[in-house]
Amino acid sequence: MQDSQLVIAGVTYKSRLILGTGKYKTFELMQAALIAADPGMVTVAIRRVDLKDRSSQSFWNYLPKGLPILPNTAGCYNADDAVRTARLAREMLDTPLIKVEVIGDPKSLFPDVEGTLQATRILVKEGFTVLPYTSDDPIIARRLEEAGAATIMPLASPIGSGQGILNPLPVRFILEQCKVPVIIDAGVGTASDAALAMELGAAGVLMNTAVAEAQDPVMMARAMRLGIEAGRLAYLAGRMSKKFSGSASSPTVGLSTPASRTPQ
Amino acid sequence: MKITLNGDPKELPAPWSVQQLLEHLQIPGGRVACEINLKIIKRAAYPNTIIQEDDVVEVIQAIGGG
Repeated sequence: MQDSQLVIAGVTYKSRLILGTGKYKTFELMQAALIAADPGMVTVAIRRVDLKDRSSQSFWNYLPKGLPILPNTAGCYNADDAVRTARLAREMLDTPLIKVEVIGDPKSLFPDVEGTLQATRILVKEGFTVLPYTSDDPIIARRLEEAGAATIMPLASPIGSGQGILNPLPVRFILEQCKVPVIIDAGVGTASDAALAMELGAAGVLMNTAVAEAQDPVMMARAMRLGIEAGRLAYLAGRMSKKFSGSASSPTVGLSTPASRTPQ
Repeated sequence: MKITLNGDPKELPAPWSVQQLLEHLQIPGGRVACEINLKIIKRAAYPNTIIQEDDVVEVIQAIGGG
Protein backbone atom coordinates (compact mmCIF):
# COMPACT_ATOMS: atom_id res chain seq x y z
CA MET A 1 0.00 0.00 0.00
CA GLN A 2 1.26 3.47 -0.87
CA ASP A 3 1.30 5.90 2.03
CA SER A 4 -0.26 9.30 1.63
CA GLN A 5 1.34 12.45 2.99
CA LEU A 6 0.20 14.76 5.75
CA VAL A 7 -2.16 17.36 4.29
CA ILE A 8 -3.39 20.28 6.39
CA ALA A 9 -5.85 22.73 4.84
CA GLY A 10 -4.84 21.65 1.33
CA VAL A 11 -1.09 21.95 1.93
CA THR A 12 1.11 18.83 1.83
CA TYR A 13 3.95 18.38 4.33
CA LYS A 14 6.93 16.10 3.72
CA SER A 15 6.83 14.48 7.16
CA ARG A 16 4.26 13.61 9.81
CA LEU A 17 6.61 14.88 12.50
CA ILE A 18 6.21 18.45 13.71
CA LEU A 19 9.11 19.51 15.89
CA GLY A 20 9.41 22.30 18.43
CA THR A 21 12.44 24.57 18.54
CA GLY A 22 12.53 25.35 22.27
CA LYS A 23 14.70 24.12 25.15
CA TYR A 24 17.79 23.11 23.15
CA LYS A 25 21.06 23.81 24.96
CA THR A 26 22.45 25.61 21.89
CA PHE A 27 21.21 26.72 18.49
CA GLU A 28 23.81 24.40 16.92
CA LEU A 29 22.25 21.43 18.71
CA MET A 30 18.78 22.51 17.60
CA GLN A 31 19.95 22.73 14.03
CA ALA A 32 21.54 19.27 14.11
CA ALA A 33 18.36 17.82 15.66
CA LEU A 34 16.21 19.46 12.98
CA ILE A 35 18.37 17.97 10.25
CA ALA A 36 18.21 14.50 11.85
CA ALA A 37 14.44 14.67 12.43
CA ASP A 38 13.66 16.12 9.00
CA PRO A 39 10.26 17.37 10.21
CA GLY A 40 7.39 18.56 8.04
CA MET A 41 7.09 21.74 10.10
CA VAL A 42 8.68 23.44 13.09
CA THR A 43 6.95 25.44 15.80
CA VAL A 44 8.11 28.81 17.11
CA ALA A 45 6.96 31.01 19.98
CA ILE A 46 6.05 34.71 19.75
CA ARG A 47 7.80 36.96 22.28
CA ARG A 48 9.05 40.50 22.82
CA VAL A 49 12.40 41.34 21.25
CA ASP A 50 14.88 41.32 24.12
CA LEU A 51 16.44 44.76 23.83
CA LYS A 52 19.20 43.95 26.33
CA ASP A 53 20.26 40.57 25.01
CA ARG A 54 20.30 40.20 21.23
CA SER A 55 21.53 36.60 21.19
CA SER A 56 18.06 35.19 20.48
CA GLN A 57 17.92 37.11 17.20
CA SER A 58 20.32 34.70 15.51
CA PHE A 59 17.66 31.95 15.91
CA TRP A 60 16.64 32.16 12.25
CA ASN A 61 20.16 31.51 11.03
CA TYR A 62 19.91 28.00 12.45
CA LEU A 63 16.62 26.95 10.86
CA PRO A 64 17.01 24.89 7.68
CA LYS A 65 15.85 26.98 4.71
CA GLY A 66 12.35 26.39 3.39
CA LEU A 67 11.07 24.58 6.46
CA PRO A 68 7.41 25.52 7.07
CA ILE A 69 6.95 27.52 10.30
CA LEU A 70 4.07 26.98 12.70
CA PRO A 71 3.88 29.85 15.21
CA ASN A 72 2.18 29.09 18.49
CA THR A 73 0.29 31.10 21.10
CA ALA A 74 2.11 29.40 23.98
CA GLY A 75 1.96 31.33 27.22
CA CYS A 76 -1.55 32.70 26.57
CA TYR A 77 -4.12 32.15 29.29
CA ASN A 78 -7.16 33.57 27.51
CA ALA A 79 -8.67 33.78 24.03
CA ASP A 80 -7.96 37.51 23.61
CA ASP A 81 -4.21 37.09 24.15
CA ALA A 82 -4.14 34.07 21.83
CA VAL A 83 -5.93 36.03 19.08
CA ARG A 84 -3.55 38.97 19.52
CA THR A 85 -0.52 36.67 19.38
CA ALA A 86 -1.86 34.96 16.25
CA ARG A 87 -2.29 38.31 14.49
CA LEU A 88 1.26 39.35 15.41
CA ALA A 89 2.58 36.01 14.14
CA ARG A 90 0.79 36.40 10.83
CA GLU A 91 2.11 39.91 10.35
CA MET A 92 5.64 38.80 11.21
CA LEU A 93 5.87 35.47 9.41
CA ASP A 94 3.43 35.83 6.51
CA THR A 95 1.74 32.55 7.34
CA PRO A 96 -1.92 31.76 7.95
CA LEU A 97 -0.88 28.85 10.21
CA ILE A 98 -1.34 29.19 13.95
CA LYS A 99 -1.10 26.62 16.72
CA VAL A 100 -3.70 27.90 19.18
CA GLU A 101 -2.69 27.18 22.73
CA VAL A 102 -4.78 28.65 25.54
CA ILE A 103 -3.47 27.30 28.82
CA GLY A 104 -5.82 26.89 31.75
CA ASP A 105 -3.47 25.89 34.52
CA PRO A 106 0.26 26.53 35.02
CA LYS A 107 0.96 23.21 36.72
CA SER A 108 -0.70 20.69 34.44
CA LEU A 109 -0.53 23.04 31.42
CA PHE A 110 -3.90 21.63 30.45
CA PRO A 111 -5.71 23.70 27.85
CA ASP A 112 -8.56 26.02 28.71
CA VAL A 113 -10.86 24.41 26.17
CA GLU A 114 -13.46 27.20 26.37
CA GLY A 115 -10.81 29.80 25.55
CA THR A 116 -9.35 27.53 22.87
CA LEU A 117 -12.73 27.18 21.19
CA GLN A 118 -13.39 30.91 21.42
CA ALA A 119 -10.00 31.80 19.90
CA THR A 120 -10.44 29.16 17.18
CA ARG A 121 -13.79 30.62 16.13
CA ILE A 122 -12.41 34.16 15.88
CA LEU A 123 -9.23 33.15 14.03
CA VAL A 124 -11.01 30.89 11.53
CA LYS A 125 -13.26 33.85 10.66
CA GLU A 126 -10.13 35.94 10.10
CA GLY A 127 -8.79 33.42 7.61
CA PHE A 128 -6.24 31.65 9.79
CA THR A 129 -5.45 27.94 9.43
CA VAL A 130 -6.02 26.99 13.05
CA LEU A 131 -4.30 24.00 14.68
CA PRO A 132 -5.62 23.92 18.24
CA TYR A 133 -3.83 22.17 21.09
CA THR A 134 -6.61 20.62 23.11
CA SER A 135 -7.47 18.05 25.73
CA ASP A 136 -8.34 14.48 24.75
CA ASP A 137 -12.06 15.22 25.18
CA PRO A 138 -13.88 13.98 22.05
CA ILE A 139 -16.73 16.45 22.56
CA ILE A 140 -14.42 19.47 22.57
CA ALA A 141 -12.64 17.95 19.57
CA ARG A 142 -15.97 17.88 17.74
CA ARG A 143 -16.74 21.49 18.67
CA LEU A 144 -13.32 22.59 17.43
CA GLU A 145 -13.81 20.76 14.16
CA GLU A 146 -17.25 22.36 13.76
CA ALA A 147 -15.62 25.73 14.41
CA GLY A 148 -13.36 25.16 11.41
CA ALA A 149 -10.12 23.94 12.99
CA ALA A 150 -7.75 22.56 10.33
CA THR A 151 -6.50 19.83 12.65
CA ILE A 152 -7.32 18.58 16.13
CA MET A 153 -4.27 18.28 18.38
CA PRO A 154 -5.10 16.39 21.58
CA LEU A 155 -2.46 16.02 24.27
CA ALA A 156 -1.05 12.59 25.10
CA SER A 157 -0.07 13.75 28.61
CA PRO A 158 0.97 17.13 30.05
CA ILE A 159 3.24 19.33 27.91
CA GLY A 160 6.89 18.54 28.54
CA SER A 161 6.09 15.65 30.90
CA GLY A 162 7.29 12.86 28.62
CA GLN A 163 4.72 10.48 30.07
CA GLY A 164 3.54 9.17 26.71
CA ILE A 165 -0.05 8.40 25.71
CA LEU A 166 -1.62 7.86 29.13
CA ASN A 167 -5.16 7.49 27.91
CA PRO A 168 -5.42 5.99 24.43
CA LEU A 169 -9.18 5.41 24.57
CA PRO A 170 -10.40 9.02 24.20
CA VAL A 171 -7.69 9.57 21.59
CA ARG A 172 -9.20 6.68 19.64
CA PHE A 173 -12.66 8.20 19.91
CA ILE A 174 -11.28 11.46 18.49
CA LEU A 175 -9.45 9.62 15.71
CA GLU A 176 -12.61 7.76 14.77
CA GLN A 177 -14.87 10.80 14.61
CA CYS A 178 -12.59 13.48 13.13
CA LYS A 179 -12.51 14.23 9.42
CA VAL A 180 -9.59 16.66 9.75
CA PRO A 181 -6.10 15.32 10.60
CA VAL A 182 -5.53 14.47 14.26
CA ILE A 183 -2.05 15.28 15.50
CA ILE A 184 -0.92 14.11 18.91
CA ASP A 185 0.56 17.18 20.58
CA ALA A 186 2.43 17.10 23.87
CA GLY A 187 3.49 14.39 26.27
CA VAL A 188 5.47 12.14 23.95
CA GLY A 189 8.62 10.97 25.75
CA THR A 190 10.38 8.53 23.47
CA ALA A 191 10.16 6.89 20.06
CA SER A 192 7.74 4.15 21.11
CA ASP A 193 5.26 6.85 22.24
CA ALA A 194 5.42 8.42 18.80
CA ALA A 195 5.07 5.00 17.16
CA LEU A 196 2.03 4.23 19.32
CA ALA A 197 0.40 7.52 18.34
CA MET A 198 0.85 6.64 14.70
CA GLU A 199 -0.33 3.04 15.21
CA LEU A 200 -3.54 4.40 16.72
CA GLY A 201 -4.06 6.25 13.43
CA ALA A 202 -2.84 9.76 14.19
CA ALA A 203 -1.96 11.85 11.16
CA GLY A 204 1.13 13.20 12.88
CA VAL A 205 2.90 13.95 16.14
CA LEU A 206 4.07 17.31 17.50
CA MET A 207 6.85 17.21 20.06
CA ASN A 208 9.62 19.32 21.53
CA THR A 209 10.94 18.34 24.95
CA ALA A 210 11.32 14.63 24.12
CA VAL A 211 13.98 15.57 21.60
CA ALA A 212 15.45 18.71 23.20
CA GLU A 213 15.91 17.11 26.63
CA ALA A 214 17.10 13.69 25.49
CA GLN A 215 20.67 12.89 26.53
CA ASP A 216 21.53 12.96 22.84
CA PRO A 217 18.94 15.17 21.12
CA VAL A 218 20.27 14.48 17.62
CA MET A 219 20.04 10.71 18.01
CA MET A 220 16.59 11.03 19.58
CA ALA A 221 15.49 13.23 16.68
CA ARG A 222 16.39 10.41 14.31
CA ALA A 223 14.69 7.86 16.58
CA MET A 224 11.52 9.94 16.49
CA ARG A 225 11.58 10.16 12.72
CA LEU A 226 11.95 6.38 12.49
CA GLY A 227 9.37 5.79 15.25
CA ILE A 228 6.80 7.83 13.39
CA GLU A 229 7.58 6.06 10.16
CA ALA A 230 7.42 2.62 11.81
CA GLY A 231 4.15 3.43 13.57
CA ARG A 232 2.60 4.79 10.41
CA LEU A 233 3.59 1.68 8.42
CA ALA A 234 2.25 -0.59 11.17
CA TYR A 235 -1.04 1.33 11.12
CA LEU A 236 -1.32 0.98 7.35
CA ALA A 237 -0.24 -2.66 7.42
CA GLY A 238 -2.94 -3.53 9.98
CA ARG A 239 -1.83 -5.42 13.04
CA MET A 240 -2.79 -9.06 13.67
CA SER A 241 -5.59 -9.75 16.11
CA LYS A 242 -4.63 -10.46 19.70
CA LYS A 243 -5.25 -14.05 20.80
CA PHE A 244 -5.72 -15.58 24.21
CA SER A 245 -3.30 -18.49 23.73
CA GLY A 246 -0.11 -19.16 21.84
CA SER A 247 -0.12 -20.19 18.21
CA ALA A 248 2.98 -21.98 16.91
CA SER A 249 4.80 -20.28 14.10
CA SER A 250 6.47 -23.52 12.94
CA PRO A 251 4.52 -26.47 11.43
CA THR A 252 3.14 -28.87 14.04
CA VAL A 253 3.36 -31.90 11.71
CA GLY A 254 6.43 -33.80 10.55
CA LEU A 255 8.17 -33.73 13.92
CA SER A 256 10.82 -36.41 14.38
CA THR A 257 9.96 -36.64 18.08
CA PRO A 258 7.52 -39.48 18.88
CA ALA A 259 3.97 -38.13 19.38
CA SER A 260 3.85 -39.97 22.73
CA ARG A 261 6.40 -37.50 24.12
CA THR A 262 4.30 -34.43 23.18
CA PRO A 263 1.99 -33.24 26.01
CA GLN A 264 -1.70 -33.43 25.06
CA MET B 1 9.43 62.30 24.56
CA LYS B 2 8.39 59.48 26.84
CA ILE B 3 7.05 56.14 25.53
CA THR B 4 6.79 52.59 26.83
CA LEU B 5 8.83 50.14 24.78
CA ASN B 6 8.41 46.41 25.42
CA GLY B 7 7.22 47.14 28.93
CA ASP B 8 9.99 49.57 29.91
CA PRO B 9 10.04 53.40 29.86
CA LYS B 10 11.99 54.81 26.92
CA GLU B 11 12.94 58.35 25.99
CA LEU B 12 12.82 59.34 22.30
CA PRO B 13 14.56 62.55 21.15
CA ALA B 14 11.71 63.35 18.74
CA PRO B 15 8.46 61.85 17.43
CA TRP B 16 10.16 59.09 15.45
CA SER B 17 8.53 56.84 12.90
CA VAL B 18 8.40 53.11 13.63
CA GLN B 19 11.09 52.70 10.98
CA GLN B 20 13.37 55.18 12.76
CA LEU B 21 12.86 53.43 16.08
CA LEU B 22 13.75 50.02 14.57
CA GLU B 23 16.83 51.49 12.92
CA HIS B 24 17.87 53.09 16.21
CA LEU B 25 17.42 49.73 17.97
CA GLN B 26 19.29 48.01 15.12
CA ILE B 27 16.46 45.58 14.58
CA PRO B 28 16.01 44.36 11.00
CA GLY B 29 12.34 44.93 10.11
CA GLY B 30 11.91 41.64 8.25
CA ARG B 31 11.19 39.25 11.08
CA VAL B 32 9.46 41.36 13.70
CA ALA B 33 5.96 42.68 14.24
CA CYS B 34 5.21 46.07 15.78
CA GLU B 35 2.25 47.19 17.78
CA ILE B 36 1.33 50.66 19.02
CA ASN B 37 -1.31 50.78 21.74
CA LEU B 38 -2.30 47.18 20.84
CA LYS B 39 -2.79 48.02 17.15
CA ILE B 40 -0.56 46.13 14.71
CA ILE B 41 1.40 48.36 12.36
CA LYS B 42 1.76 46.86 8.89
CA ARG B 43 5.34 46.63 7.66
CA ALA B 44 4.63 48.94 4.74
CA ALA B 45 3.44 51.61 7.18
CA TYR B 46 6.63 51.69 9.31
CA PRO B 47 8.07 54.83 7.60
CA ASN B 48 4.83 56.82 7.90
CA THR B 49 3.66 55.78 11.34
CA ILE B 50 4.83 58.37 13.86
CA ILE B 51 5.16 57.37 17.51
CA GLN B 52 3.42 59.80 19.89
CA GLU B 53 4.07 60.75 23.51
CA ASP B 54 2.94 58.01 25.97
CA ASP B 55 2.47 55.44 23.22
CA VAL B 56 2.86 51.83 24.27
CA VAL B 57 5.09 50.23 21.65
CA GLU B 58 5.75 46.51 21.35
CA VAL B 59 8.40 44.97 19.11
CA ILE B 60 7.77 41.25 18.82
CA GLN B 61 9.81 38.41 17.36
CA ALA B 62 9.64 34.64 16.93
CA ILE B 63 11.94 32.52 19.09
CA GLY B 64 12.40 28.83 19.85
CA GLY B 65 9.31 27.17 21.29
CA GLY B 66 7.02 24.19 21.11
